[in-house]
Amino acid sequence: MGGLAHFLEDEGLATTQISLIRPQTENTKPPRALWVPFELGRPMGAPNDAAFQTKVLRAALALLESDQGPVLLADFDEDAPADTAAQDGEGWFCPISLPPLEKDITAGGGYKAAMEAEIGGLSTWYDIALRERGRTTMGLSGMTINQIADFICDFLDGEVPEKPSEDLTLAQTMKYAVEDLKAYYREAASAQPGHNTGRQMNNWFYGQTAAGKALYALWPIADKLAKERDDSFMKTFANVLLIPSSQKYRVAEQEA
Amino acid sequence: MVRLADLDEPERSHLGTIPCPDFDTQPWVAGGPLSERRIAMVSTAALQHRNDNPFLIGTGDYRVIADDTPDKDLVMGHISTNFDRSGFEQDLNVVLPRDRLHELAEAGEIGSVGKYHYAFMGSTDPMQMEDAARAMAGHLKADGVDTVFLLPV
Repeated sequence: MGGLAHFLEDEGLATTQISLIRPQTENTKPPRALWVPFELGRPMGAPNDAAFQTKVLRAALALLESDQGPVLLADFDEDAPADTAAQDGEGWFCPISLPPLEKDITAGGGYKAAMEAEIGGLSTWYDIALRERGRTTMGLSGMTINQIADFICDFLDGEVPEKPSEDLTLAQTMKYAVEDLKAYYREAASAQPGHNTGRQMNNWFYGQTAAGKALYALWPIADKLAKERDDSFMKTFANVLLIPSSQKYRVAEQEA
Repeated sequence: MVRLADLDEPERSHLGTIPCPDFDTQPWVAGGPLSERRIAMVSTAALQHRNDNPFLIGTGDYRVIADDTPDKDLVMGHISTNFDRSGFEQDLNVVLPRDRLHELAEAGEIGSVGKYHYAFMGSTDPMQMEDAARAMAGHLKADGVDTVFLLPV
């Protein structure tokens, strides 16, 4: 981000920016930056909180009227409301009752049945979220949610399914299918009002859903496919892009 | 509260030690009052129209987001799985605060909002973005934009 600021200022455009990782901004030294204590992925701090977003925006734009510089790094010290709620012990929980998660789901068929049941339970809330927000962020895989579940479970059954588009490689299709799957679950789970953090959402998806468990099962399969096909992006997908680093500890838990 | 110190390893060490480019110059463009500035946004969240070609690792190119693009047509093609997307799923403004910027323009706090915004994919060496960024600067100036608000993800 700081690099882009350098290039744009060098071309004659004034810049101000949000900084999420202060050490990186200190090293890159962009002309003006507002460091914010928000989680990665939420540079304006809080979804559906116009007043808070405006406060952050005004603070970032105010740096443009300062005569300090050429390096001006200011701090926005107010935490995002969801982070404050989490600190205060108000843990988010998924308000949708899903079927109980079996401890040992071993075959693709088992995952498929479990995911179909979850998707059935989530579908009403996904539809409500879609209607109220007027949008879904799903779509890059080119598959419906049921097609995505089938696609992933085919791998867990030892098959390599057909991909829906020639424009994407198999590994790209897997990546987008996984992101679309997670988006479906999260959009449904967040349909009802309330603060939630990304970490709370991740803990729910990876810790309490069959879909999350399916992605752990997909990891070694994708890694094996990468080796068989000498596919560097598939290797990256399997080992870096499939499970967030903050959720990899669950692998040891499951093996214990 | 989410600060670098609050992240789990190995993410904390990784993010805190990512190599950053050194620049020989320190450009600093002053400007007029905010109420006269035309402002556009540049995001590194790999935002794109759902019909655009997907972002590819290490390419450093950008996608154009027309200011009047409906929210429903924007998706996030970022490669990383180590940041939150649930905020974006609930409200585009938490990543690209278009509505907030327009509200400030309507209130007269800023001059106007650019016709186009732009998105890159972070997790890319900034030097690989240089050519695209300088070309993008030309498009921004052609639109009358004099100020850019940059947002990471």
